[in-house]
Amino acid sequence: MAAGRGVEVETCVGQVVLPGDVLLLPAHPDEDGERLRLGVSAAPRGRLLCGPGLRRCAAGLLVTKCGLLRHRQAGGGATAGGAYWVDSQQKRYVPVKGDHVIGIVTARAGDVFKLDVGGSEQASLSYLAFEGATKRNRPNVQVGDLIYGQFLVANKDMEPEMVCIDSSGRSSGMGIIGQDGFLFKVSLGLIRKLLAPKCEIIQELSELYPFELVLGMNGRIWVKAKTVQQTLIIVNILEACEYMTAEQRKQALAKLSGN
Amino acid sequence: PRPPLPSPGDTSVLAGLYGPAEVKGSKELPDRAALEVLLRPKVGLPGVIERSREQLLRRTCESVVLGVLHPRTAITLVLQVLSDAGSLLSCCLNAACMGLLDAGLPLSSLFCGVTCALDPSGAIVLDPTTRQEQEARAVLTFAIDSAERKVLTATTKGSCSVEEMQQCLAAAQRAADTVFQFYRDSVRRKYSKS
Repeated sequence: MAAGRGVEVETCVGQVVLPGDVLLLPAHPDEDGERLRLGVSAAPRGRLLCGPGLRRCAAGLLVTKCGLLRHRQAGGGATAGGAYWVDSQQKRYVPVKGDHVIGIVTARAGDVFKLDVGGSEQASLSYLAFEGATKRNRPNVQVGDLIYGQFLVANKDMEPEMVCIDSSGRSSGMGIIGQDGFLFKVSLGLIRKLLAPKCEIIQELSELYPFELVLGMNGRIWVKAKTVQQTLIIVNILEACEYMTAEQRKQALAKLSGN
Repeated sequence: PRPPLPSPGDTSVLAGLYGPAEVKGSKELPDRAALEVLLRPKVGLPGVIERSREQLLRRTCESVVLGVLHPRTAITLVLQVLSDAGSLLSCCLNAACMGLLDAGLPLSSLFCGVTCALDPSGAIVLDPTTRQEQEARAVLTFAIDSAERKVLTATTKGSCSVEEMQQCLAAAQRAADTVFQFYRDSVRRKYSKS
């Protein structure tokens, strides 16, 4: 922990990093400050992506959030490049462009709906941003409805804007979420775990009861099962999943399916 | 809401951090986040001492939090004193830093608080108890940052010479290593469960 010294970034992948840690990037082997390169450089350099939790600084990458350092190799076989990011657990959501989130309609201001997405500002959603919506054919959205959409504009300087259609004009699952069901909030880390491909938790739960599930990247989950009791059981299991290990979860589910 | 911090002796402070959240109109800053610190004493209403400590904590936190990433938002830090057995200000500083760390706010570095007391014979006592603070000639509190062990905040009570202050500062910088190692171990423990 000596002050002022950086650590090689490859040694830290998969380990806990704290804000203030400086990660040194591998220097390009052909780099030589004195000589000019006249010919075409042999190996094309991949682009290094600096993901959430990292900022570029003079020496390399500065860690700004605590968490586990992750790395993904660049596609196409490029040796350099790829992406580094910090996997941190937090509960507060900050809007990011392209994220799919569940919003609650709080107000209707003319042609625009105001949605609460759990961030510092309310997001706006135009009534034309639904599939098949025209000026004559308006969507039936009331205050208090749940909307599943994605962010079109989300940066620190502007008010976030949401849409319920993708770039080709199709809704692809987005839009107004139906009646009934139960909405609750969990931490962002659990959502990312549930959204991973082949998530065990979802597979095990689906063997228990059939249910509908909508996961918002802002930490909100909407569940609907056949009866209220089944819905509440699934809600309790998902909330507890954050702190249970895999064995404890299997035991809890075995007890429930035995009943 | 964040977990409490175990501290020197029996002093403990509970820190809760909310943000980046919506900000009321007049407090909005156009280019960075508005940081607010609320310090609640164990008994009684907050008085002038709490207000001055809040400003000190706020200035320290502002120097590490990357507020430019969240303009026009409010970050609120609430500290509740659970018990006070000496070195309260450095305990509040440590709790504030752990709160910022746990909440996932972007920070440029970490900081820790260390209190030194100069007793009448000139010896330096780190993290003094209330009794030692009262008998001391001077009590100095430093906030040390983790990147280069620089001093973010220094506050003194009583009188001491410049050399003595330098010695206390050097002792505090060495002691800061222990606190930063504790931060690292706690974070490691938290992420080992997932």
